[in-house]
Amino acid sequence: MSSLVDKSAERRWPAEGFTRIPYWVYTDQDVFDREMERLFWGASWCFVGLSCEIPNPGDFKRSWVGTRQVVVTRDKDGVANVLENRCAHKGALVCWQDRGTAKDLICPYHQWSYDLKGNLTGVPLKRGALGKGGMPRDFDNSRHGLRKLKVHERGGVIWASYDPDVPDFESYCGPDALHYVDRLFPGRELELLGYSRQIIPCNWKMYFENLKDPYHATLLHAFFITFGLWRADSKSHSSCDGDGRHGVMVSRNEGKKTTGATKEMARFADSLEMNDKDSVTPAPEFADREVAGITLFPSVVLQQQANTLAMRHIIPKGPGQTEISWHFFGYADDTPELRRLRLRHANLMGPSGFVSVDDSEVLAQCQFGASTAGNAAAVLEMGGKETEPQDHMVTEVMIRGFYKFYRKEMGY
Amino acid sequence: MKENVTRVYRGRQSESRELRDLRRDLRDFYEEYTLAIDENELETWLEFFTDDAVYKAISRENWDLSLPLATMYCDGMAMLKDRVQAIRETAVFEPRSQRHFVSGVRLRGTEADGTILVQANYLVTEALSNRDPVVFSVGRYIDRVVRDDSGFRFREHCAVYDNYRVINTLVWPL
Ligand SMILES: [Fe+2]
Repeated sequence: MSSLVDKSAERRWPAEGFTRIPYWVYTDQDVFDREMERLFWGASWCFVGLSCEIPNPGDFKRSWVGTRQVVVTRDKDGVANVLENRCAHKGALVCWQDRGTAKDLICPYHQWSYDLKGNLTGVPLKRGALGKGGMPRDFDNSRHGLRKLKVHERGGVIWASYDPDVPDFESYCGPDALHYVDRLFPGRELELLGYSRQIIPCNWKMYFENLKDPYHATLLHAFFITFGLWRADSKSHSSCDGDGRHGVMVSRNEGKKTTGATKEMARFADSLEMNDKDSVTPAPEFADREVAGITLFPSVVLQQQANTLAMRHIIPKGPGQTEISWHFFGYADDTPELRRLRLRHANLMGPSGFVSVDDSEVLAQCQFGASTAGNAAAVLEMGGKETEPQDHMVTEVMIRGFYKFYRKEMGY
Repeated sequence: MKENVTRVYRGRQSESRELRDLRRDLRDFYEEYTLAIDENELETWLEFFTDDAVYKAISRENWDLSLPLATMYCDGMAMLKDRVQAIRETAVFEPRSQRHFVSGVRLRGTEADGTILVQANYLVTEALSNRDPVVFSVGRYIDRVVRDDSGFRFREHCAVYDNYRVINTLVWPL
């Protein structure tokens, strides 16, 4: 919903502060452009893929950092590189394949070639032909490589940053978020089970906020509530980390039960039973018995629910369009039974998910609501007006914490 | 698998009447199958599957990479029924109407026990409540079909969609 009129002058954050979200943050093109510059291409670590997608030297895959396409490569030394997919010569995409194995990357246009670290290794006809033409003597290959991002590979996940001075990954996460990253990725070899990709007509922050909102999950998702996979009356924990940019949302699978709280859950369906019990019965897996959803700013949601594990890569396409690329995975040493359950429980998630359908549908409606709301604002007072950690789900604390951070970074 | 089927027919007289009848009957079968979805008759939709049927709506990307993850997955009648129950009882989604178009029904062979291997193209349009139809999903059905006295049923139905991304949500089966 971009507009030719520059509205930035009339955009003011409401006086209430981070308990309000003005709707223009979801709709204005100039806000979106500033988010790319300051958040996605600034001092952030962005998810670009799993190590098991490019296990061997020469392997590559395409990915995204915000709206920019990158190539993730494994070079001959076994090191992961993240390179902007843009030829240093005329700007063409160098890599036209989603994945593959190669010795180097060659731009199809004039066949400039780059090694898998992004260094320019060849310019055809550099010295001309028949003694004529060619590059000037002072043309220096080493100054015309692909744009290289800073890379951090840890526990089977590849992270990238445009900022060479970005803080180290551990301090960027903070202790609480890092605990849950390492819990899911302790260094066990991963097995990619598959991708699920969808384009949701909503702003990327709406998607991000949805995973910082345990309150909605106890009301909207009849499937969750009924089968005890996420309920307001189970033990839980909601907190922020990294100055508010990340969210840590933790609960437990309680199983099907009726309590006082279910009376207020209008969508609790006591009479509903699954024909396939395996679909709602997780095998014990993590010693802490927790279920965790981590929003690792700005580009990914770490999903662990029942036995389904996924990295949900958030790829903004514009103020009102967001691609979610779910990377479902397990561990290479999973038993066949656990692998079977992971594939069954994947039915909860993705564009057809018993639970996730609700979210995608609701977010599309929210974006429509925001598109004409301009200076009006959403209200975030569930669980109080502060950003301190809370030991329950009836709260929007993680969203408040996020907008406290967001305003500072964006200068709003 | 026995590749016993003429892949290019071109109206050849020599092709057996049996094969031509089979192809015609399968075209009817696919039209009935997709009609059940278009008409929101999901209880009827269940009747198109054997009790041990496998259903997958899966991206061409995963299919080509032999990755097991399907966007919608049912292993047996219990899971098929659960999918219908979720659509009917728990899922929250904007009302929509869909139309399926099936073409290019092709016999690919038969297995030792008589299971027929069939492939077809499909296209689905989707119109959300107050908007115009868009081309929602395009792909191939890659199926294993059995036939008994009660007619055809899917033992395996894989809707392999060409879409790189699902347009928001895939609520109804393909
Ligand atoms: Fe949700």
